Amino acid sequence: MRKYLKLNAPIPGKLYFILSVSAFALLLLLWQLGVTVGHLPPSHLPPPGAVARAAVALATDGLIGDIGISFFRVTTGFLLAAAIGVPLGILMGSLKVAEAFFEPLLAFFRYMPASAFIPLTIIWLSIFEAQKIGVVFIGIFFQLVLMIMDVTQNVPQDLIDTAYTLGARPLEVFRRVLLPAALPGIMDTLRVTLGWAWTYVIVAELVAANSGLGFLIMNAGRQLSTPDMFVGILTIGVLGIICDMAFKALNRLLFPWLEREV
Amino acid sequence: MALAAEPGISGNKLAVVNLTREFNFKHRKITAIQGISLEVKEGEFVTILGPSGCGKSTLLRIIAGLTEASSGQVYKDGRLIQGPGRDRGMVFQSYTLFPWLTVRQNIEFGLNLKRVEADRRHEIVNHYLDIIGLTAFADAFPKSLSGGMKQRVAIARALANDPDILLMDEPFGALDAQTRLVMQELLLKIWEETRKTILFVTHDVEEAIFLGDTVYIMTARPGRLKARIPVPLSRPRSFEIKNSRVFLELKTSILEQIREESLKAATMMPAGCD
Repeated sequence: MRKYLKLNAPIPGKLYFILSVSAFALLLLLWQLGVTVGHLPPSHLPPPGAVARAAVALATDGLIGDIGISFFRVTTGFLLAAAIGVPLGILMGSLKVAEAFFEPLLAFFRYMPASAFIPLTIIWLSIFEAQKIGVVFIGIFFQLVLMIMDVTQNVPQDLIDTAYTLGARPLEVFRRVLLPAALPGIMDTLRVTLGWAWTYVIVAELVAANSGLGFLIMNAGRQLSTPDMFVGILTIGVLGIICDMAFKALNRLLFPWLEREV
Repeated sequence: MALAAEPGISGNKLAVVNLTREFNFKHRKITAIQGISLEVKEGEFVTILGPSGCGKSTLLRIIAGLTEASSGQVYKDGRLIQGPGRDRGMVFQSYTLFPWLTVRQNIEFGLNLKRVEADRRHEIVNHYLDIIGLTAFADAFPKSLSGGMKQRVAIARALANDPDILLMDEPFGALDAQTRLVMQELLLKIWEETRKTILFVTHDVEEAIFLGDTVYIMTARPGRLKARIPVPLSRPRSFEIKNSRVFLELKTSILEQIREESLKAATMMPAGCD
């Protein structure tokens, strides 16, 4: 027992897995106990069984469609933000003139919450898909650019200098050293921002939508259907963890050379 | 440029003329090196010895073309140096292998830039893998190498590119004492074979004497050259020579000279390196 309590010491993979699973099991148990022993009102905390039944019912009644439309909005907003943000961030991270021009502006925008833009996006983009995608974009774009800039700037100067002394020209240093060195950090930034994208799509759907997981939760709220709300919220959690695991698996595949497991 | 008027510039592999580098640190002007002049002959192994501080690395970085001098010039084969180039390879104290490339890919990095064709590239890389004794690790990533192995690869990578001059900035500084000894002997063996011109910076007196044909002693900030000491030890050298009388006497005399500098450096305000 003691050997598992050493600070920061590794533990067997099996034990890690068992502990992770038991946390979920424990939560489920406490939940059930709260309902049966603690007599919490089902309108506040429906029993797990009721949520499971609601999930099955919803699965055949629009849940898949809501997942699909939310997923579409998240991916489109995320890809748009990444398509502009990653090159811009790399540029700012490697050229001081680009940093001086863009950084203060983007840092300024970063402090304006995306949710504050929602009424404006409705005026600009109406209440169709573009508006939801717009909120996701505003929510993650500014953070993403600044994080990518930071990752790029953290490439060790000695690696860059080494390439120069081996005869590389600036563009070759960029392509052969700066990019590959920054890539794991870039992927990690994308993983984190994808998580935020899910937050913002729900915010957008709670305010103005007639489809998607946010709408499902909002609608369930209007009908005081707590089990349905639980299904909506839990679904987002499950989707989030799937995205995260997919990213981690991809990183392991792409970067077998990393010292630390990502 | 009137080269003929300056025999030191045209007759040597490397000529450093009156080099000074200042930088700003917290609104103060710090002089890292001041008025350094030195000449290095083709095939010479020069070591530069000095207390910890920034001067030695700064000098090497200016010669490499990575840092600009505030004043003074560096000439290689009589031509003014104006930036980094593959003719001056460099090995750093920190581990600078590209972690996403295998050992083989690291060594051939410069050859790829030069577009050397695959057969020839393979031949060169295999040759250096053999010299550094890491043929079995050709396809390993740097993460699975020890510190000493990483520096072996870094040396091989610099040499495979066939530079005119090899600049080494305390390359064994991060290694343990035993590995250091082995690496010093390996470097001498490589130098005997290739006869590259080497400029080697260190703060280890034994290392400076053991490796060098000539030892330059540098002062604490501002870094100036305090003495130029020819090393009268025969070649090839092996580690036993470190116990010889000549070696020990030289070591004692150099230690005395460097002691004052180390004391000065130890009581100096710290300043960032550039």
